Amino acid sequence: MSTVKLTVNGRAVSADVEDRTLLVHLLRDHLNLTGTHVGCDTSQCGACVVHVDGRAVKSCTMLAGQADGATVVTVEGIARGEELHPMQAAFRDNHGLQCGFCTPGMIMSAIDIVQRHGGKLDEATVRQELEGNICRCTGYHNIVKAVLDAAGRMKVAQAAE
Amino acid sequence: MYQTNYHRASSVDDAAAQFAKGTESKYLAGGQTLLPVMKQRLAAPSDVIDLARIPALIGIEVSGDAVTVKAATTHYDVAGSADVARAIPALANLAGMIGDPAVRYCGTIGGSLANNDPAADYPAAVLALGATVKTNKRTIAADDFFQGLFSTALEDGEIITAVSFPVAAKAGYAKMRHPASRFALTGVFVAQAKSGEVRVAATGASQDGVMRVPAIEQALKGNWSAAALDGVKVSADGLMSDIHGTADYRANLVKVMAQRAVADAG
Repeated sequence: MSTVKLTVNGRAVSADVEDRTLLVHLLRDHLNLTGTHVGCDTSQCGACVVHVDGRAVKSCTMLAGQADGATVVTVEGIARGEELHPMQAAFRDNHGLQCGFCTPGMIMSAIDIVQRHGGKLDEATVRQELEGNICRCTGYHNIVKAVLDAAGRMKVAQAAE
Repeated sequence: MYQTNYHRASSVDDAAAQFAKGTESKYLAGGQTLLPVMKQRLAAPSDVIDLARIPALIGIEVSGDAVTVKAATTHYDVAGSADVARAIPALANLAGMIGDPAVRYCGTIGGSLANNDPAADYPAAVLALGATVKTNKRTIAADDFFQGLFSTALEDGEIITAVSFPVAAKAGYAKMRHPASRFALTGVFVAQAKSGEVRVAATGASQDGVMRVPAIEQALKGNWSAAALDGVKVSADGLMSDIHGTADYRANLVKVMAQRAVADAG
């Protein structure tokens, strides 16, 4: 057992966990943040993507101990109160989700993509960058539309700040 | 996953000391191979020693003659390095083709080489560029480092600290990706050293892991062009056959990827 201390969605948290505990299980089972999903458990589907120190990583492929001291943001941490994050709003407006299972990972990966590429995103880039996120409904078309839409909204939101 | 003990090492010496204390220790860097394998219960280390936060293992140094990538540097950082892109653009390209963005944020060059997966990308670059693998004990030439499937010259407990790539006159990499795993169904790295020596390495093809391809090296030595390979036949002996491709298919892929790599190298 080890004590893991990290900041999750702006809140300092501490948990005593077995050393074999994965970050995703710390989030879901110990912190009750069940928005982050376990899809494949083989590091391929991306449903578990969260931001660790600003980088979008698969939380099923990181031990909780590796994230000790890190700043973690999950899908629960991106809205401002009732106001959805521009990426969440774009997914809703563009029908970017069907069953919704892959959506938390899609959104966390997509925010990372927009932050890295800024205004230079095009459809081909979005599709390539989303390689690590699998949608079993195969709803990629509207997901890509949502990401491109959100890229514009995030730029506007940034300019307004 | 079976029970294990996690240790975060503060230095290379600390990591080696922690490793020695465990009954069956494993080093952990990016974890993008080790953790999936542990989750499948195909590996059950008593202790995992985390190397990823050791400052001396992170960073890239570029001089006129060499690009040195410290072992815990992530694929993302190599792919995005303007210095690497200037000195050996094929190396930055290769790093950007590994896995997907989330994998590249975590996976490291040292981890990839220590694991020596027969379809991993970095071994092809290390072998074709004639790189030197530096460890906490010695330096190992690329020709001596890779010793077959998931086998390397590393001794138990030895830690890769950096990889030094000589800057080549020309270098290129091309890869036919497995669409689901994104590993190389076959990938070929071609390099022409400043001395004129031509070295070509293929990954994802041989049953023994990364390999040099003498037939292609010979053809490129006299004529560095994709067309020079038109008449070359790569032997299928010893190549992998699986549901994704036969040995003959891979033998042809080695040639085709080599041609694309030469075109990429310019």
